[in-house]
Amino acid sequence: MQGQPDRCGSRIGAAAWPRRGSYDIVTCWPGEGLAAVSRGFLAIVAEQKRHGPRGARLRARLRGRVAAQLAKQAGAQLDPRAGTQLARRAGTQLARRAAALTNRAVALADRPAGLLRQAASTPPPGPFRPKAWRSPLRGRWLTSLLGLVLLVGLPVLAVTGLLSYAAYDPRLPGNDQTPGAPLLKFYLFPWLTHPDWVYRLNQGVHITLGLALLPVVLAKLWSVLPRLFAWPPVQSVAHALERLSLVMIVGGVLFEFATGILDIQNYYIFPFSFYTAHLYGAWVFIGGLVTHVMLKFPQMRAGLRSRSLRRELRTPLAGTRPEAPDPSGLRAADPAPPTISRRGLLAAVGGGSVTLAALVAGQSIGGWARRTALLAPRGLSAAQSGELPVNRTAAAAAVTAADTGTSYRLVLAGARTVRLTREQLLALPQHTAVLPIACVEGWSFSASWTGVRLSDLARLAGIDHPRLALVESLEKNGPFRQVTLSASQLSDPQSLLALRLNGADLSRDHGYPARAIIPAAPGVHNTKWVGTITFTEPG
Amino acid sequence: VTAVISWIRRWYGAHPLHLLALLAAFALAGYAVRAVVDAGQWRGFAIWFVAAVIGHDLLLFPLYSLADLSLRRLLPRPPAGTGAGPGAGPHDGPGGRAGGAAPAGRPELVTPPVINYVRIPAALSLLLLAVWFPLILRLSSAAYFRASGLSAAPYLWRWLAVTGVLFAASAVCYALSLRRASARARKARAAEARTRSGRPHTEA
Repeated sequence: MQGQPDRCGSRIGAAAWPRRGSYDIVTCWPGEGLAAVSRGFLAIVAEQKRHGPRGARLRARLRGRVAAQLAKQAGAQLDPRAGTQLARRAGTQLARRAAALTNRAVALADRPAGLLRQAASTPPPGPFRPKAWRSPLRGRWLTSLLGLVLLVGLPVLAVTGLLSYAAYDPRLPGNDQTPGAPLLKFYLFPWLTHPDWVYRLNQGVHITLGLALLPVVLAKLWSVLPRLFAWPPVQSVAHALERLSLVMIVGGVLFEFATGILDIQNYYIFPFSFYTAHLYGAWVFIGGLVTHVMLKFPQMRAGLRSRSLRRELRTPLAGTRPEAPDPSGLRAADPAPPTISRRGLLAAVGGGSVTLAALVAGQSIGGWARRTALLAPRGLSAAQSGELPVNRTAAAAAVTAADTGTSYRLVLAGARTVRLTREQLLALPQHTAVLPIACVEGWSFSASWTGVRLSDLARLAGIDHPRLALVESLEKNGPFRQVTLSASQLSDPQSLLALRLNGADLSRDHGYPARAIIPAAPGVHNTKWVGTITFTEPG
Repeated sequence: VTAVISWIRRWYGAHPLHLLALLAAFALAGYAVRAVVDAGQWRGFAIWFVAAVIGHDLLLFPLYSLADLSLRRLLPRPPAGTGAGPGAGPHDGPGGRAGGAAPAGRPELVTPPVINYVRIPAALSLLLLAVWFPLILRLSSAAYFRASGLSAAPYLWRWLAVTGVLFAASAVCYALSLRRASARARKARAAEARTRSGRPHTEA
């Protein structure tokens, strides 16, 4: 009994707005303080009279404040020995009331925090519940294996993509389709002219491998999708930042695949330039990928060691068991019976890769293989047309018969300006080169091109060793109506202004009356319908 | 230094190098995006970036999961053989090890589940459609014709033909697996018959 008043009084007194807990004031001995109690009671009545007609909420609030004040006073004057029965009763009643009000206030104040605590510990229904994810094949081994395949494939995709950018010689005036971010162009070098198949190979790999990796990317995302709904969504600052970085890699890979796949089919529904978006989207993705690999490599290694690939490839459905639980949280908490073995899933993913690649690779290989590329944009269709494929028709370029008729003159500008008819060009020394032409979209073919060497044309313009040349098309619009060629491209004996293709005059779609053909250059740098070539003096 | 690292660990939740790696990645991304901003194309870029994530995680994934679940419900489950007895573990797939605990002791023909022979070719076909839909559905046929001089008309038929070949190949595989299953059952029956007739071979 001795300590009670003290405890009670100090608690109420100290905590005008107590934080939590239950204040069982009824156990306190109210003692004397009759005067204080009656004063308080009268005050309550007065307050109620004054504010009576107004809302119950206001009254309750006032009552609470006054009661707390009274209880404080009562507590300060508590004296167990001097109390009368009446005072005790009144005090107890008042104290009880005050306690109830205080507890309600405390409960109200605690509610948001309590709700948060409760929400953090129990996930909301649906995909946030670990038991909602039941596939028995998910687990760190499967994710690690798919991750390993991507760890090999995606860097190849990134490097071929960046090389494709380098192939445009973007440091030469006017060639950069995506200006800006100079620090991201550290790797650029003067583009090669040898071997002449290097761009063809680069683009064939970029497109075909990209398509082949799509099923692996989808499978990898499938395998880690439960983590998207991990609960609580944020565990620490580190966790939050890492999840944010996943937007870079997941968004990046999907963005790059989507834009690339749409672009090769000329489905330009995106509200941005393909070149800009695909290049800088790739850098966002590369940043995400490098970080992800750095953070997850140890887990991937441990995951790969947790099971034997050889054994998995021998295990049929009947022997398929879920992976062992591990801290990664990828393995289902409540796995369902399997409907496919692990090797079956891997076969399906690999089968997807092979199917996609097989139906497209022929457009890059050319020859008889083009007929196997059923779904490629320049595959079987191009083979059946009997024409070599193009990426821009004369009609699309708005180059008319009048532009290319008898009035056509090739203008060579340099130390002097020379105008040549097509007949005059044909009268110059002719050279034949068998060169591939490859589109950034992945398709390519090899053909025999006949025409005049660009170096001979430079000499006609009075410049023996040009530093640069600006090649302009008769085409009025279009992002590639002009291109700047480098000194090494101009001096290559295989760089031609072609007049004939496979022994016949160029067709209009292939650039009649004259087009450039440069070994190993991107297709769009082999300007069609060439109207003007301006050579720049060295130095 | 250890104190600082442990303080960062407590405050941040991981080793400081973790933070450095992430900050480097964000800096690179920010620098790359700035070039997109300078090109005046950041809005579409950002929308497509986020839409790619949402489109896959909250649209494509639920859709193909739902399709897979529906297919599993629709397809007849193979008879569980005699394996419905107490010996069948919770992880025996439908028709998986169904004959394992035959109480009658007579191994029966176990029909391999048909599900994977349906959903794998279906998934491959849908994958091809997901990649080549602009050509297959002729959504980009005008731009494609202007670029290439070719018609997009054949792509729908080629996709259907490939789909047909995929399902046909799957059917052949299923027929082969049925044959293997029946051969296994025959062999098991023969072995059982031998053991019943006095184990003539095991006495050697």
